[in-house]
Amino acid sequence: MDQRNQFHRQVALMRQSLFDQGYIDEQFVQLEELQDDTNPNFVEEVVTLYYRDSARLIVSIEQALDKSPLDFNKLDSLMHQFKGSSSSIGARKVKAECTQFREYCKAENGEG
Amino acid sequence: MSTSTWKSGESVSEQFPAGLRVLVVDDDPTCLKIVEKMLKTCNYEVTTCNRAEKALALLQAHRNGFDIVISDVHMPDMDGFKLLERIGLEMDLPVIMMSADDGKQVVMKGVTHGACDYLIKPIRIEELKNIWQHVVRKRKNEWKELEQSTSIEDGVDRAHKQSEDADYSSSANEGGNWKSSKRRKDEEDELEERDDTSTLKKPRVVWSVELHQQFVAAVNQLGIDKAVPKKILELMNVPGLTRENVASHLQKYRLYLRRLSGVSQHQGGVSNSFMGTQDATFSPISSLTGLDLQTLAVTGQLPPQSLATLQAVGFARPSPKSGLSIPMIDQRNLFSFDNSKFKFGEGQGQQQQQQPNLGNNKQLNLLHGIPTTMEPKQLANLHQSLENISNMQVPVSQGNSILMHRGTARLPPNVGQPVTSNGLPGGLLPRNGHAENGRGAGGYTNPVPQTTSSAALTFPLNHGTELPGTNSFPPLGSPPGIQSLTHKGQFPQDITVNSEIKGSTAGGFIPGYYVLNDLQQLRSHDWELQNVGLNFDSPQSASSLPGSLESASSSLYVQQGISRSGPLRNSSSGGSKPSFPVEGTHNQNLGSIVNSSVRIKSENVVDAGCPSTLYPEHFGQEDLMSALLKQQEGIGPGNPDFDFDGYNIDNIPV
Repeated sequence: MDQRNQFHRQVALMRQSLFDQGYIDEQFVQLEELQDDTNPNFVEEVVTLYYRDSARLIVSIEQALDKSPLDFNKLDSLMHQFKGSSSSIGARKVKAECTQFREYCKAENGEG
Repeated sequence: MSTSTWKSGESVSEQFPAGLRVLVVDDDPTCLKIVEKMLKTCNYEVTTCNRAEKALALLQAHRNGFDIVISDVHMPDMDGFKLLERIGLEMDLPVIMMSADDGKQVVMKGVTHGACDYLIKPIRIEELKNIWQHVVRKRKNEWKELEQSTSIEDGVDRAHKQSEDADYSSSANEGGNWKSSKRRKDEEDELEERDDTSTLKKPRVVWSVELHQQFVAAVNQLGIDKAVPKKILELMNVPGLTRENVASHLQKYRLYLRRLSGVSQHQGGVSNSFMGTQDATFSPISSLTGLDLQTLAVTGQLPPQSLATLQAVGFARPSPKSGLSIPMIDQRNLFSFDNSKFKFGEGQGQQQQQQPNLGNNKQLNLLHGIPTTMEPKQLANLHQSLENISNMQVPVSQGNSILMHRGTARLPPNVGQPVTSNGLPGGLLPRNGHAENGRGAGGYTNPVPQTTSSAALTFPLNHGTELPGTNSFPPLGSPPGIQSLTHKGQFPQDITVNSEIKGSTAGGFIPGYYVLNDLQQLRSHDWELQNVGLNFDSPQSASSLPGSLESASSSLYVQQGISRSGPLRNSSSGGSKPSFPVEGTHNQNLGSIVNSSVRIKSENVVDAGCPSTLYPEHFGQEDLMSALLKQQEGIGPGNPDFDFDGYNIDNIPV
C-alpha cells in the first residue's frame, strides 16, 4: 500500500514536471478527463498509439532528410501530420518544434 | 478501424442528440482514437475510418446510416475537400472538416466546398458536443427545400414524406423524419417532385445545396467557358432537371462569378455589372432597392444565400432611380443572377455585401419589387433591402440610403427572415407607386407560395414590433430578428415553409414565385420583399398576418400594415385582395400577403406605370413586391390596377 502510494506520488510528480517544463499542455488534461471506468486505460492507449505512429513518422522524416535535394513539400506535409498528432495528445513541445520545422520548410531552409 | 455499428434506423429522438451517428475519417490514428473517444463520451455512435475511400464505401453502403461526417483535411489517399464534395453531392450529409492547419485559405476552402464547420486540431470535446446542430439545421433546410419544390403539392409530398419517414429512423425523430423524407424526396422523389411541380403551372426547380454542388462540379469539370447546359445536364444526371433549368441557373452562376471578380465593393461592382447588362431599364428600378430586392429574390434559390441576394440587391442597385420602369423581368433576371451569384460566393457567409447602397436605392425598389412569391431566401435578401427601405421610410428615392443600411444589416443568410424587409416596406412606402411595384408583382407566380406566405406572415409578426412605422427606421438589428421568425417558413429552400405558412399569406407568395421560371431564385427574394413589406406595415399587420395568413384577407391586412405610411396602405389594402389566384391554393393563403406583394408585383410587372397608384402606399412593400414581382414577371397578374386580388401566377408575365 505504501509502496503504491509512493508510486502514485512519483507518477504525479513526474506528470507535474512534464507540465511545468512545457512538454505537455491542456490537451493532455482533456485526454485524462476522457478516461473513465469504461475505458480505464484510455490515456495509456492513446499515448502508445501516438508513440507508434510518431515513430513511423520520424522514420519517414529522417529518410526525407537524407535525400538531397531536400523535398520540402514532403517534409512539410509529414510535419503537418506530426504536428496534428502531437497537438491532439497535448505534446506541446513537440508541436512547437513541428511548427518551427515547418517554418524552415517554407523558407526552404535546409540547415534549420 | 471501424467500430460502433451504425443503425439504420432507430430514432432516439428523446435522447437526441445522443445516438447521433457519426463517421470519422482521418489518417492519423492518434487523432482518430481521441476523437472517437470524445464522441463516445458525448453519447454518439461512432464509426471510424482511416481512409477516404473506405469512408465513401461505408457511406454508400449504408445510405441512411450516418447523420454527420467528420473528416480530416490532409489525407494521403484523397484530399479532404474532394471527399467533402463527394459526400455533399452524393449523400448530402453535413460534413465537418478538421485539421491542425488553421490558415484562412484552408478554412475558406472548407467553407466554399460546403463544409458545415471547420475544427482546428487539437479537437476539444466541447466542440464535438455541438455538432448535432449541423444535423438539425441541415435537415430543416432540406425539409424546407422539399416543401418548396412541391409547394403546390405540398400536402401530397408531405404525406409522402411522412410515410417514408416511418421507414427511416434516425437518431432524432424530427431529424430523421426530415432527413428521411428529405432524403427520399431528394433522392428518390426528385423526379416526383418535379412532376408535381410540373403539373402546376410551372415547375420550379429548387436548387438545393446538393443540386448546386453537382452543378458546380459539372461546370468545373467542363470548364466554365465550355460549360453548356446540355452537357451540364448530362453530367449532373439529375432526373427531372431540364435543360432550361440548368440554363437559367448557369446564367445566374455566370453572373455571380462575374460579380465576384468584378465587384470590389459590393455595391458598385455588382450593380454596375448588372446595370450594364441590363441596360437602362434598370435605372428606373435603380432605386436600387428594387434591384437589390430582385437579386435577392432571385437568389432565393440558393441556400444560405439570402445574404448574397441582399448583396446582390445592393449591387443591383446601380442607380437609385426611382423609376421602376425598368422592365421587371430584366431586373429580376439580373437579380437572380446576382443573387445566385452571391449565393454562390456569398452564400458562404458573405453577407457583408449587404451594402449600404441597398438602402439607398433599394428602398424604392424594394417596395415595388416585392414579389409576393419571394422565397424565404429571397425574402431574407429582400428583407435586408427592405430594411433599408424601411429605414428609408423617406420617400423612396430619398430614403434609399437609409434603407440600404437596413439592407446591409443583412438579413441572415437564411433569408427566411423577411422580417427585416417588413420594416422596409413601411419606409419605402413613400415611394409612390413606382414602377417598382411592377417589379415585384409581376414576377411571382406561384412557385413559392408556401414559403413566401409564411415568410410574409412571419414578418408581420415580427415586424410589427420592429417596424414601427414607415418613418422610423426600424433598427437594423431588429429586422433580422424578425426575419428569422418570418422566415421560418420562408426559406425557399426549406419546404417546410409551405407547410407552415399555409395559413400565412406568405403562401400566396410562393405560388407567385413558381410562376417565374427563371426567377425561381428571385422568388425567394421576392418573398422576402414581400414579407418585408408586409411586416412593415406595422405591428398590427403582423398580428393580423399571422392570423390572416390563412385567409387571403389577412394578406390584405398585411398589406395594409405595410402601407403604414398611410397613403399606401389604403391603396394596398384596397388593392391587395387576399385571394391571389396564384396557382395553388396556397396563393389564397398567401393571398393576403401575396396580394400585397402581388399587387405590387403585378403592377410592376404589368407595366411600370400601373402600379404606381397602389404602390405609393406600399412603398416598402412595393419595392419588395416589385422586386418580387419583377422576378416573377411572368407571374404577375398584370392587373394594372392595384387591386390585385390575387394574382394569378399564370398571368404574371414572366
